[in-house]
Amino acid sequence: MAVKGSAALRQLSEIELMGHLLRRAGFGATRDELDAALAKGYEATVEDLLHPERAPDLEEDLLFRSFPDFHESRKVDVAVAAWVWRMIHTQRPLQEKMVLFWHCLFATGNAKVESPLQMASQIATFRRVALNDFRTILLELSRDPAMLFWLDNQLNTKDIHNENYGRELLELFSMGIGNYTEDDVKHCARAFTGWTFAETVPAVKPYGRFRWQFAFRSEQHDDGEKEFLGEHGRFDGTDIIDVIVCQPATGRFLAKRLYLFFVADHPDPDAIEYLAGIYHESGYDIRAMLRALFLSPFFRSEQAYYAKVKSPAEHVVGIMRLVGDYASPKPGFGDISLECRYMGQDLLNPPSVEGWHTGKEWIDTGCLVERVNFGAKQLGDVNQPGVQRLIARLRAYGELAPEQFVDGCLDLLGPLSVNPKTRAALVRYVAKAGPLCLDQEDGAADQRVAELLSLIAATREFQMA
Amino acid sequence: MATLRKPPTLVVLQLTGGNDALNTIVPYGNPLYYDQRPTVRIPEDQVLPIDAQYGFHPSMAALKPFWEQGKMAIVSGIGYAKPDYSHFRSMDIWYTAQPDTMATDGWLGKLVRDLDPKADNVLTAVSFGRGLPRALSLAGVPVASVAELDSYGLLTNLSGVQRQAALELFSWMYDDGWDDEGLPLGQAQQQTDPVGEVLRYMGQTGLDAQKGAAILRTAVEKYHSSVRYPQTSIAKSLRGVAQVKLADLGTRVFYTAHGSFDTHGTQLAVHAQLWRDISEAIEAFFADLRARDAADDVIMLLWSEFGRRVRDNGSGTDHGAGGVAFVLGDTVKGGMYGEYPSLRDSDLTLGNLTYTNDFRSTYSTILERWFEVEAKPIVNGTFEPLAFV
Repeated sequence: MAVKGSAALRQLSEIELMGHLLRRAGFGATRDELDAALAKGYEATVEDLLHPERAPDLEEDLLFRSFPDFHESRKVDVAVAAWVWRMIHTQRPLQEKMVLFWHCLFATGNAKVESPLQMASQIATFRRVALNDFRTILLELSRDPAMLFWLDNQLNTKDIHNENYGRELLELFSMGIGNYTEDDVKHCARAFTGWTFAETVPAVKPYGRFRWQFAFRSEQHDDGEKEFLGEHGRFDGTDIIDVIVCQPATGRFLAKRLYLFFVADHPDPDAIEYLAGIYHESGYDIRAMLRALFLSPFFRSEQAYYAKVKSPAEHVVGIMRLVGDYASPKPGFGDISLECRYMGQDLLNPPSVEGWHTGKEWIDTGCLVERVNFGAKQLGDVNQPGVQRLIARLRAYGELAPEQFVDGCLDLLGPLSVNPKTRAALVRYVAKAGPLCLDQEDGAADQRVAELLSLIAATREFQMA
Repeated sequence: MATLRKPPTLVVLQLTGGNDALNTIVPYGNPLYYDQRPTVRIPEDQVLPIDAQYGFHPSMAALKPFWEQGKMAIVSGIGYAKPDYSHFRSMDIWYTAQPDTMATDGWLGKLVRDLDPKADNVLTAVSFGRGLPRALSLAGVPVASVAELDSYGLLTNLSGVQRQAALELFSWMYDDGWDDEGLPLGQAQQQTDPVGEVLRYMGQTGLDAQKGAAILRTAVEKYHSSVRYPQTSIAKSLRGVAQVKLADLGTRVFYTAHGSFDTHGTQLAVHAQLWRDISEAIEAFFADLRARDAADDVIMLLWSEFGRRVRDNGSGTDHGAGGVAFVLGDTVKGGMYGEYPSLRDSDLTLGNLTYTNDFRSTYSTILERWFEVEAKPIVNGTFEPLAFV
């Protein structure tokens, strides 16, 4: 990785920029996908990403036939597998990336919900409204049974207020602490009284596996006068959301979360102010904010390039897309989807309603060992179709000197840019076996490529996106 | 002559899934037990008696000598107020010692931070199994998370000289002390921006992981034992614990888990097998330590997120409350602790045993009396310690 902060920023090349976009707006790309996007151009690619409906959806029927469990999601591991499968195979990468964004922001955990089916249903809701306006999204969120149960809103009634959802809606989901008073929290909670869910079939935990649906119980609703953020009225939840979405704090809050998720682990106040402006101008439109973000100079800057620690989901899904295993359903996939958990991101079961701590906090000794070993194992497997395709691309170059060999592999894996020291160490390592000759069918040379890919997967830079 | 006390060590064995306390320490002298358990019951003639009232599950024969020699504390009725019947939430409550709020910091993570505040030893805590239980999770506290001790380490997809060379390369790539010519790097030449800082932190973490793995390797190499462990996964984990313990690497907290105890159906067979495997593994583990005179500084805590429903469902039992925990060790003061919960219908809560003692009393005992650290900030309150240490 080029030294940052010390010298003038360099202009990213076209292919670097496209790789960057497809890593951030999705889960990374194979070289073939990268070439196709380059042919289309940056802005057209952004526009396609922003319009998932232009690409075909996953054929779930076929999937359910091979993995009948996916349909019912009786166990949480199965619900996770079905989602990870979708992240790997989707042709609508930004939509799925936004599902992950909303899951991280509106962190709901099966630990309490105890209904994988309901968790999967929440994820499907996030997918349906992934790029909508924030008002619609908050409204859907406030009607989502898993969320209502997660934050105890079924206990929030006219007679006994439960502030859990009302508080988190303001603190963690829309405005952030310091932008409202305790009275606002109380009135917000009152407005959501009677917002609950009904079980379609009576169920007793832990067998709560029948689909729930939103229910409004007017007899439990506190219809009285409320004062919320300076506005007065006999507000219900919808009115509260109308007030929330137009707050300056909400624009800044969402802009910051999008910035941290898509651009860099360290916030840039100017960029956040800019995105917040787009939020209000566009009528709280997520798609408009993302368009502005991906086309902005701060996103297309070297400062943002490989400036984020990959989340475990990005790491696992990105690697699986690269190696191209599980092109069609076969046994063993459950183990792959659990890798995120081993690396510290237990999907559908975040540590708390605050979600996961990101950036540097993704890394500890245990998680790093898991990340390195998973990447090294997958990319070091010469039988993986994606690895075969990379070898075929290198073969076209003929004999490669150690520097060319290393640069070629770094290029095909991203392109990935690494610290000069990392590169020098890799070159020294491969130089011991001399130049690489892939021009004849030679299993040993193929193995050398897989070994180098595996070592690149072990680098620090490969943990970044 | 007084000898210097060896650093106290804790081995935690989590019984995942909700162990049925009633069929573990069986109240066979109480007719209500047989009334409530028409099917999922341990017949009186199979119980291993403790006294005229209570006895062990028949599969626990290998653990009974611990009891007879006064090396087993049985904590009955352990739990917390307002029981949560979700496995995961209840586990989190035990992991974080915070029943009332959603918390993320693990109680053992905090203990490890107290024991090794500067994180000098990357092996102060070693967890056997993939992924870290939240009990050990705390920012800045390194924990080695070992799936299999024999094969633990980085770049395990490689082997032999190839792996050796790759590991050398790894440490080269992760070490920021040198430039690409192998010359010492001055502070000024290091990246100082935020991304550089993350990469440096990752470098240190990678080197720590590598160091931990290399040291653990020596534990495997140095280990010789005539004790035969059963061929079960829990025995394998406990053998790993013994290997690391016997190598004197300064590890103070070991963690492992076994299950699943979530016996909604066909409980009798499943539960019997689980306790047989656990009992025999623990027997071998302590025999191994004793043979090397290394058992005095070890206690083992066995816990489960909840007990199970008092009335059986015809084949198994559903989620309940009021569990049983065990503390084992040569220096433990054996006995029955906590009050065994009443089985009278009027004393049950939603058909479940009503807890009689807070699990944080057991934690506090271990923290204050065994580790001699302040319990209050770790268990988030003051709880009466028990007398087992």
